[in-house]
Parts: sequence; C-alpha cells; structure tokens
Amino acid sequence: MDHSTPTRAIRVKSGAGVGAPPRQALAGHGQTDNALLDRLQRDAFDYFLQNINRHNGLIADTTRNGAPASIAVVGFALSAYPVGVEHGWMVRSDAVERTLLVLRFLMDCDQSGNADATGYQGYYFHFLDMESGKRIWLSELSLIDTGFLIAGVLTAAAYFTADTPTETELRRLADALYLRIDWRWAQPNDAAVTHGWKPECGFLNYGWEGYSEAILLYVLGLGSPTHPLTEQSFPAWTLTYQWENLYGQEFLYAGPLFIHQFSHAWIDFRGIQDSFMREKGCDYFENSRRAAYVQREYATRNPRSFTGYAPDCWGLSAGDGPSAEPRLVAGRRQAFYGYAARGVPYGPDDGTVSGSAALASLVFAPEITLPALRSMAARDRHGTAEDVRASGFNATVSEAGPQGWVSPGQFGLDQGIIVLMIENYRSGLPWRLGRSIPYIAAGLRRAGFRGGWL
Amino acid sequence: MQQYHLPFNHPAQGPHDRELCDNVRPPDWRNPQPRDPYPLLIVGAGPAGLIAARSAAALGARVALIERDLLGGNSLNYGCVPSKPLIRTSRLYAEMRDAVNYGATAPRDIKVDFQMAMERMRRIRARLSRVDSAARLSADGIDVFFGTARFTSGDSVDVDGIGIRFRKALIATGSRSMLPPIPGLAEAGYLTNETVFDLTELPDSLLVIGGGPIGCELAQAFARFGSRVVIAHRQPLFLPKEERDAAQMVADALARDGVEIHLNTRAVSVRIEGGKKWIDTLNDGSVATIGVDHILTGIGRTPAVTGLGLEAAGVAYDGETGIEVDDFLRTANSRIYAAGDVCLKHQFTDTADASARIVVQNALLLGRRRFSALTIPWCTYTDPEIAHVGLYVSEARERGIPVKTYTVPMHDVDRAIADGEEDGFVKIHVRDGTDSILGATVVARHAGEMINGISLAMLAGIGLKTVARVIHTYPTQADAIKMAANAHAQTDRVSFVNYLLRKWLNR
Repeated sequence: MDHSTPTRAIRVKSGAGVGAPPRQALAGHGQTDNALLDRLQRDAFDYFLQNINRHNGLIADTTRNGAPASIAVVGFALSAYPVGVEHGWMVRSDAVERTLLVLRFLMDCDQSGNADATGYQGYYFHFLDMESGKRIWLSELSLIDTGFLIAGVLTAAAYFTADTPTETELRRLADALYLRIDWRWAQPNDAAVTHGWKPECGFLNYGWEGYSEAILLYVLGLGSPTHPLTEQSFPAWTLTYQWENLYGQEFLYAGPLFIHQFSHAWIDFRGIQDSFMREKGCDYFENSRRAAYVQREYATRNPRSFTGYAPDCWGLSAGDGPSAEPRLVAGRRQAFYGYAARGVPYGPDDGTVSGSAALASLVFAPEITLPALRSMAARDRHGTAEDVRASGFNATVSEAGPQGWVSPGQFGLDQGIIVLMIENYRSGLPWRLGRSIPYIAAGLRRAGFRGGWL
Repeated sequence: MQQYHLPFNHPAQGPHDRELCDNVRPPDWRNPQPRDPYPLLIVGAGPAGLIAARSAAALGARVALIERDLLGGNSLNYGCVPSKPLIRTSRLYAEMRDAVNYGATAPRDIKVDFQMAMERMRRIRARLSRVDSAARLSADGIDVFFGTARFTSGDSVDVDGIGIRFRKALIATGSRSMLPPIPGLAEAGYLTNETVFDLTELPDSLLVIGGGPIGCELAQAFARFGSRVVIAHRQPLFLPKEERDAAQMVADALARDGVEIHLNTRAVSVRIEGGKKWIDTLNDGSVATIGVDHILTGIGRTPAVTGLGLEAAGVAYDGETGIEVDDFLRTANSRIYAAGDVCLKHQFTDTADASARIVVQNALLLGRRRFSALTIPWCTYTDPEIAHVGLYVSEARERGIPVKTYTVPMHDVDRAIADGEEDGFVKIHVRDGTDSILGATVVARHAGEMINGISLAMLAGIGLKTVARVIHTYPTQADAIKMAANAHAQTDRVSFVNYLLRKWLNR
C-alpha cells in the first residue's frame, strides 16, 4: 500500500462516531448540516497548514501578528493530521513529514529548564518562539499544555502504523517523548499535579484539583510505565469534585464549557466509569451532555439580558472577548473582560459566546448543538461560518459591526477542538485512536475506570 | 482630669468614645473587694467572658470577671461591631453611584464625608456598649476587676497584686492581631484592626496585607469610600477556606469596587520615601513595588496565651493553636475551662458565645455538653456576603460521604432580581440518596441572615424535604432556600412512584 497517496475523500465509519448528522437546510445559505460541518472542519484544519513553521513543525497560537507557538496547539495539529489524511485534505507523506519535523524538534530541544530552554523533565514551556523554539513571554512549564501536546504525539503514533522507515521513526520518537516525562516530579506535595513550574520561582502554587480539562493529564500521567503519577494523585484531584443539581440537571459541575470537552477530544469516555461516576450512576460523556444543556438553559434564561443569547445561541467558555468600555446593559454597569474563562452560571459573563465551545458539544448533544450551529453560522452573511471559528463574538457590543463584535483572526485551540470533535461525531477516528493507545487504557485503569470499551 | 484609655483618649474622638470608655473601661473604676473563693472566675471580658459571666450570674453564682483592657473585647471595640456601620455607609455610597441599577438617578456630586461615617460608627459602638457596661455588670452581681490576671496556682489568680481564689475558672482571653514579619514594617508604621477605626481621614491609598475576612470587608469598604485599595495575599487562592465559586464571586465584587487583588504575592520589605510607604512584593519570582499612604495588616489572629501564668495553673497550651481543651472545653486542669478565640479554631463572636454557654453548663451544673455537637455558621460581611454552615463538599468527600449539592443562583430568585441584588447563590449539600443536610454555602447580599434557616434545620435534624414544606414568605431572597429544597423534593421522588403518579393522574 502506498501511504504517500491520499486516502479517499471521506471515510465515515458508520456506528463509530456518535451519529451521522441529519440533512437539514441551513436557513439563508441552503447548506445542509453536513455541508456546514464539512466547511467548518476543513477551514479549521487549514489553520494548521497555514500557521506552521516548516523548519521545526511548530504551530502558532493564533493567527495574530507575532503570535508565539503554543505547545497545546501543536498537540491539536498532530491529532488533526490523521483527520486531514482520512479526508484527503493532505497526503499521508506530508502528514508524516510535518509530524516527524516537530517530533524531532521536541526530542532534540533544550530540556535544561533554563530560562530560555524549551522544556524540562520532559515537559515544555507553554509558549515558544516560533523560530528558535525557545521559551517566550516568561511562560510557565505547563503541565496541561504538555498533556495536550503529548496526547497529539501519541495519537500520531497510533495512526501512523505503517512499516516504513519514516513512520517507524515517528512511533519511536513519540514513545520516547512520552516515556521521558517525569510525571512523579510534578507532584510536589505527593498528591495533586502542579499547574506548572518556572525557572524563576520553582513550582507554581496551584495544583490541578477539582474537575477540569486536566482529567487527560492524570490519565496520561498514571499510564506511564517509566515515571508514573502516584496512586494518590487521582483521589486528590477528585476530592474537590462538586456534584450539583442546577437548572434541573445533575452533573459534575464546572463553569466554562471547554472543561467538559477538551479531554474528550482524545478519550472516549462513553460507558466507562471511575469510582465517582459509579457512585453517581453517570459517566463523563453523559456529564458533558448535561453540561451542554445547562449552558443552553443559562442562555435561555439570559439573566444579564445580553443581546443574542437564546436557546440556539449559547456557549460560555475560555476565549477572547471585547475590551470595550463599560456600559449600561439592562440598567447594570457591564464591564468587558477581553480574554477570559467565561462560565455558567456565575460568569464572568459579558455577553461573549464561544462558537467553537458550542460546536464541541456536538458529540454529546447534537440535538441542541446543530440548531445552535445553524443559528450561529447564519450570523455570517457570506455563509462561511467565520463567527463559529472565531474565538468569540459579542452581539451586545453593537458598535463593532452589524453583528456586534467578533474576535479577529483565529485561535489554534479552537480550530483543533473543531476538527477533532466534528471527526469524533462523524467517524469516531480520534476516539478510536485514543482507545488503541495502551498508555491511555493503563492510565484509565489506574485511575479506577472500569466497564465499557475498557 | 480623667485619663481615658488608649486609643479612646484622642481629642478628636468626642463624646461617643468617652461614653464607650465610661462603659467598657471607666477611668475612675475601683476594683471590688474579692470574695473567697469564687464559684466561677473568668479571665477576659470579651464576648465569651461576658456571656459566661451573665449566664453564671443568672444561675445565682458569684462571678469574678477580670479584664486587662476593654470590656467587649475585640468584637465590640475593634472588630465585628465597628466594621459593620462603616460597611453600611460604604454600601450606601456604592448604591448612590449605582443608582441607575435601582431605577434612580445618581446624585450629581457624591462627596464622601469620612468623618461623618466614622462619627456614626462611634455613636453605634458606644450605644452597643451600654448593655454590658461595667456599671451594669456590677449592678447585676458580677464582680468586675480591671487589671492583669496571672494564675499563681491551680485555683488562684493574682490581679495586679490582689490574690483571688476560685473553684472553677474560665479562660476567655481571646486573640490578638498577628503581625507579619516584614522588614521595615514596624518602622514605617501600620494599621491593625485595633487602630484602623481611629483613622480621622480617609487614606488616599491603602495596602491590605492578607486576604482574610476582615481584611476583605475593610478593603471593600475603603474602596467604596474612595481609597485606592490593594490586597496583597500570600496564598494562591482568594478566601482559601471558602468554596471556590463563593470566593470568586466576592473577588469579582471587590474588583468591581476597584480593589486590586494580588494573589500569590508576598510583601518582602517596606520603606518610607516622600511621605509614602513603599512595599516591595514578590510574585512567582517577579518583584513589584506598591506605594500607599497606609498599610493594614489583617493576616490573622493569634491566641492570647502569654503572661497568664498557665504553667502555674497546670493548663497546657500551644503558642499557635492556643489552650488545649477537650470536647467539654476543659483544659488540662479539670477546674479550668476555656472558650472563644483562645482555644477554638473558629474565631467568631457567635462561636465564642456558644462555647461560653457550654462552659457554664459543664463547669457549674455538672453538664456534659460537647463543643463538637455545635452547628457553627460563619459569615464574611463583604458585599455580597458569604455565609457557610456545616461541611464543605471536600470535607464530606474526605470522610467518604457521597454529596449532592442543590444550587440556586440568586439571578433566578424573584426578590433578588427585584432588589437588584442578583450576585450570589444558595448551595445546599445533602448526603446523596438521603434527606440529610450536610451543610450549605450562601452568597448573597444578606447571606448571613439567610443561612440561619439552614442552621436551624441542621441543628434540629430536619431534612431538606421538610424545608421544602415550609412556606417561605414570598417574595424574599430566602426563597432561594425553598427553591433548592423543592429541587431536592422533586428529584428525590423514586421513579416508580413517579410512574404510578403519572398513571393515576392520567387515568
């Protein structure tokens, strides 16, 4: 088999994903849901082709001028390449080349932990100079972003399984990059994993405790055969879980929507349960479905009376927002927060919606996500659904344009989650790859997960 | 001329502080001739000491009450009591500026009269001091001694040279401000909760070192008066003991009032230059400098155990955690008890009060009341307030208790919307699968008032479904509690019962 030729255009494996989208016309644009998803996924995928440094494989954090590389976005790129190959958007050899480029860079990078190094203890600084690959902006050695990066590294290795010299090297490098991470080092208090480390001050004073996107981090750390996290780590993380009844939904509470989505890009949580979810008779997938309903209910109630919030326009998450002057909204003085982790129901909320966060609920709750997608896509008169891929839009800041304020350009994380979640919805490819990674299965088991595909 | 007690001898303090002083430390007070021995001798006349003295006297016991400083202690003189009138005035200014939120036109020129606010605070403090004045206590049969008490044996104390014997004693000496060890701080000068209420002028700028409840309350009040306020908090989390959503909500509220919150930030040195205090701070390796007029240290309190002769009395103690007591609040000397801040983790006036009542029962009436049986609520009086009772979720989970939380945002509560007071929530924690209330956190403008219904239910062992049956007056903000209880009553119904019910209703 010649792996350098593109595979056929779209290989949707029925039953592997959550379901095929219904064919429904998009008001005003005549697009079906399928066409809309095609367009969104393809445009999002192109981000990784267009914002790469072809010398080291690093991917820019955003499309904005002077943006550094983000290691998390690199992780999403590595996970997106297999999707691109499957759809025929890039040839396999190109995907292998781009993947190898960045894996070699990571393997050879300065891991001394110096102020201008690239990483330490197998982890990487959050932001790197696009050209030199060295730490930039005094950023922290980031555990969670290393987690997203390494999930991408392992996904690439799970996909490129051909017995060719390049793919063999790719798998060898991926394995080595994962195995050299000293997870135990990141538990300064023997329990929860630290948020990060800086050469200037050592460990940051924050740990990953309570439900968040970091469940992936614990699974990866627990699954390591070389330097695994201790058994105490997962209970320390779940100790501050809050099971809440809110708006008639019972769920493991977290405010921002991305928390309920990011780990799910790689890990298929359907039908597998840890001890907490066994106690609650739920699983993390079902939990994310409920979280989407809570978000929709919040937007329907719209307690702060923002323009545009509706049953088909919701999604409060981390992302860009306007930095406009404060103003009166429904009699209240409303400030605007720029980039912020927005959440439901306590905010911060300034009327900014994250289209990509709503879209990433597609796998969990297509019945409410697709109508929201149609509605958000219809905001854009050109039918390109740009607002959905922007980091945020805010119709309350009406002076910014006919549709209100829209975050300029794109952010890599948003594009990555769009590509992966649409693919999980349609074919389940990222989940299938994730299920095949032995380290992830081992990590889940050590965290106490049982049942389902495990 | 009468010599008034510091700090109430300031000429600007006027008649209210003179009245306060006449009540809590009369300049011409003569200590009574001690009787021998006292059935109950109390060291310290703060909230715990006063309650114990009054309760014991009501039983007919002869009581000696010894106070080194001021009757009423921190609570009345420098704590809960004086801060609340200032908080109220500052809230009024905040509301005037925000008048449009309440459907009113904001006054054109809002000028803060700080002296007027302080005058009101002094008037109220003096008024509240009347009830437990030295003269009234004395008239009610309590022997009040002003002086420094020192135990000389297991059943006697010395008060400035006078020996007094007792059959039972209560140590209720409270706690003192803890000064952070920052080079240059003492030389530069600082305010504590004991001196901040003596300010005669509103500071242009104020640095609050430490993000504890009192520090946050005052930070917000001064910001609303118009000071530039910065909080430097050494810990990475704001209000670290509170639920994260609650702490975040208050942090957001403070930020809206203009308070700058620097978390994970340590003040490392202080110097004076050009009449200002300059504080170097360290945050994750980055140094920054803050220039302010005043520094308020609010980093916590340390139990007042020094100079009491506790060794002579055979009372065990620790400099940081205070006097060691058992669940009956008895010290290592079974004749001597302790109550309030000097021995308790929860350093609140209401808890001091409750612990003192336990001591009187146990010491005088052979009672066996346990401190651990108390249901202790607490409240931080920021705007919105945070009130809590019972277990936090993490505490319950640590003990292996499955928890479910019923959450009602205040923006869903009719009265809160009508009042323009939508920031907050009610969270009631139950043991999952049961009706038993484990605890609750309320964030609301009047959270301290709202929590009491839940405390009552917990103390009386009333389940959340019964709370759902209590008719709450409508519309009130406390309706949020009823809404949470209703959610519980609905979801808790067994699905088979629901199925039968549907069948029968649609028969």
